[in-house]
Amino acid sequence: MNQDKVDVAIVDYGVGNLLSVRRGLEHCGVRVTVTNDPDTIVQAPRVVLPGVGAFTNGMAGLRRRGLDTVVRELARRGRPLLSICLGMQMLLDESDEFGCTAGLGLITGRVVMVPSVTSSGEPQKIPHIGWNALVFPPDRDSWKDTLLQDLEPGAAAYFVHSFMAHPADAHDRIADCIYGGISIPAVVGRGNVMGCQFHPEKSGQVGLRVLRTFLRM
Amino acid sequence: MRNVRLIARLDIKGPNLIKGIHLEGLRVIGAPNEHALRYYQQGVDELIYMDCVASLYGRNNLREIVLGAAQDVFVPMTVGGGVRSVDDASDLLRCGADKVAINTAAVANPALISQIAQRFGTQCVVLSIEAKRIDHNRWEAYTDNGRERTGLDVIEWVRRGVALGAGEILLTSVDREGTRRGFDVPLVRAVTAEVSVPVIASGGMGKPEDLVEVVQQGQADAVAMADILHYQRASVKDIRQIAQTVGIPVRRYESG
Repeated sequence: MNQDKVDVAIVDYGVGNLLSVRRGLEHCGVRVTVTNDPDTIVQAPRVVLPGVGAFTNGMAGLRRRGLDTVVRELARRGRPLLSICLGMQMLLDESDEFGCTAGLGLITGRVVMVPSVTSSGEPQKIPHIGWNALVFPPDRDSWKDTLLQDLEPGAAAYFVHSFMAHPADAHDRIADCIYGGISIPAVVGRGNVMGCQFHPEKSGQVGLRVLRTFLRM
Repeated sequence: MRNVRLIARLDIKGPNLIKGIHLEGLRVIGAPNEHALRYYQQGVDELIYMDCVASLYGRNNLREIVLGAAQDVFVPMTVGGGVRSVDDASDLLRCGADKVAINTAAVANPALISQIAQRFGTQCVVLSIEAKRIDHNRWEAYTDNGRERTGLDVIEWVRRGVALGAGEILLTSVDREGTRRGFDVPLVRAVTAEVSVPVIASGGMGKPEDLVEVVQQGQADAVAMADILHYQRASVKDIRQIAQTVGIPVRRYESG
């Protein structure tokens, strides 16, 4: 593919299946490249940081290729960055998964395990898997100018995860979902740096709308 | 209660979507991905692809079909039939599958459940069980579309499979499959009472009300539908509306 004409670079750092993310973006009409080449990523107008699996593996995969520095750099330059699932968790300062691992530090906060008891004390299944509704976090009543600007509260997206990102600053928290009575951050954002815990590429029309919004940012 | 998932099940033989009765007497329905796309557009929550003849030939032929589906279908996909190794699972996941279903190979080598779970996570491993009633409230697990006996008691096998790392159970009643007579609700209830992982009830859905029964009485977490959708006796949308009417939580779906 001619790199000059790429609209979106998907960062390939050795974890997970990137086919569906790629297809989701292509379905929205853009030219996509899947790459671990720092130059290609730095030159792309938009960047997607996908990911499934363990935080420690994900960060190690980025560092091994020098891609942690690349992602921080393009965040600093104001490039639209969409991070998905583990990708979103890696935006934060650190994670409790397997001890304590440093993240990218682009959004202030920590990654903690999804509670294994509900708000009423019942045991609850981990991982959190399935379709769940996106709702406003306590301090928000609008999705204007965010990744979710074309969605109504209650729109459902597909989640698969055992850990959750907890932004320290309420402004960074765009949407939650409720699992066992507990609020789980579902979308975070600080300027050009955005993340969704759910999988837009597996969330049907709702997910495609999120991708289209990202492509207009 | 979590949202009950509405799943379209596509049984595949060669290039064709097929449908049998009691998993046998297979009849060709059409092109799998035309149906998959239609169910996706109707708002189905997930898809299951099953290669019905894979175990017979010792391989899964769904690679191309799944790759094709991943072009236009943006909901989770489970793929099964002939998955014999971690590499087989890896290959299907790379083609766009989110989970793999295993039956015959897991019976022959239960450690495969753990191996796939360790590599890709328990959420990737669906233990597929073909259950035939052998006595009052007793069922035996079968393989190869309900042709081969295993001697395994379904409840004991489910318990063991979950302990080994299965993240979900696809529970097919061979007795009800393709009959449109409703689900084997006591079977589903016996399994949901035993394990904490989600159970997908499969086999027998003849009308939307059958879903209500298997969810309310059987406590199914998800329902697999084939015949009712393939022959267009109801759409996913109709079924979702009926579930909502009786108060079963389902994903809110808007088209467009």
